[in-house]
Amino acid sequence: MPMAFIELANPSRFLDWSGRLLPFLWVATGVALGIGLYLSFFVAPPDYQQGETVRIMYIHVPSAWLAMFGYALMASAALGTLVWRHPLADVAARSMAPIGAAFTFLALVTGSLWGKPMWGTYWVWDARLTSVLVLFLMYLGLIALWRAVDDPGRAARLVAVLILVGAVNLPIIKFSVDWWNTLHQPASVLRIGGPTIDASMLWPLLIMAVAMMLFFLALTTMAMRNEILRRRLRTLQLTAAATAG
Amino acid sequence: MIGALAAITGQTARLSFRSGGGAFVGLVFFLAVVTIVPFGLGPDLNLLSRIGPAVLWIGALLAALLGIDRLFHEDHEDGSLDLLLLSGLPLELVVLARALGHWLATGLPLVIAAPLFGLLLGIPPLALAAVTLTLLAGTPALTLIGAIGAALMTALGRGGLLVAILVLPFTIPVLIFGVSAAAATIIGPAPFMPPFLILCAFTLVSAVVAPIAGAAALRASLA
Repeated sequence: MPMAFIELANPSRFLDWSGRLLPFLWVATGVALGIGLYLSFFVAPPDYQQGETVRIMYIHVPSAWLAMFGYALMASAALGTLVWRHPLADVAARSMAPIGAAFTFLALVTGSLWGKPMWGTYWVWDARLTSVLVLFLMYLGLIALWRAVDDPGRAARLVAVLILVGAVNLPIIKFSVDWWNTLHQPASVLRIGGPTIDASMLWPLLIMAVAMMLFFLALTTMAMRNEILRRRLRTLQLTAAATAG
Repeated sequence: MIGALAAITGQTARLSFRSGGGAFVGLVFFLAVVTIVPFGLGPDLNLLSRIGPAVLWIGALLAALLGIDRLFHEDHEDGSLDLLLLSGLPLELVVLARALGHWLATGLPLVIAAPLFGLLLGIPPLALAAVTLTLLAGTPALTLIGAIGAALMTALGRGGLLVAILVLPFTIPVLIFGVSAAAATIIGPAPFMPPFLILCAFTLVSAVVAPIAGAAALRASLA
């Protein structure tokens, strides 16, 4: 790793520069979210088939992207924990897990709210829905493991192993679910394919994706700062308890 | 080294076979799951024989994960895990030997009992053979995946439900291909071989991934 990156990743320095970065991040998030929401609710045209409900897409699709992006980030942080034993890598992974789970949940909920008017039911065992549900389960499992292990250092390495096993397995699960789906329920669901989407809908979607990404980063940065402070507090309490006793 | 690993396998198999009735409890649990399904779905044999392979697979999946959370825990408590670490044997192979021993004591009985329990569900003979074959090919993967969860829980001691939560998502592919290969002989126009071969591939892949991940988890929980 380059030296500058190591410097930035020192927890104290991280608190320093992230504290200065955060206001800008929040302003950027607010502006992008404002523009994105305005475009998706007032400017983007209603779909010729789905009518106004297509606007759910502008929340749903970025959430689903972030659900996977969050896991990918956690996997790289897990690598940082196991290979470089970097304390900040674990802080990052641990802070991202609930946020990633929240976006996965958001993708599931908005998807099922979108599904009711379009497919007539809140849930179908479609390959994509099922894979995202499994991803949600894995997020929850990781959070449960973090909470089950008391010692933070040991929890960090254990969860990192599990995150990486999950990263290896996610494509396999996705592939299996696709196979299962084509076997049981051939092509029952019509969806808007990526490239066939019109530019008038693509732009709001991309801006919303950027806005949600900024939102994700801002939340993660705040969660990481909280986590660092929480650990310092814990150390102080342990020292206080040791000197008092 | 082979001798030492074989000794670990044999010891694990004997221990889980004898202590706490490992294999027996697993079998009874399997039978209980199979028995309970008709009460939920009704005694219609046509329906039962159609979904029978899936019922057997789910029963075997749950039974295979039962008790696996203790795979390394007692070793950790009585210190033999530390001795294994110091023995110079590659920890990955130790994990593999442990999983193999556990499978011999708990997985293999499930496979042997499956055709018998399948009769209760009215599964036709050809499908019965198919289910048994898929279970023989697939249950090692379940045990190996479970061993990762067990290794993560080593230092915790109280893992039962948590292991199931962590491990179940990873068993989905095995379940999908096991059931679709077995069901192909009853319902499907789909052939038996492709899903069966993929199932075998999963077992082989997990025989590589699980020891590496399990050893990493053991090192992390002992460090």
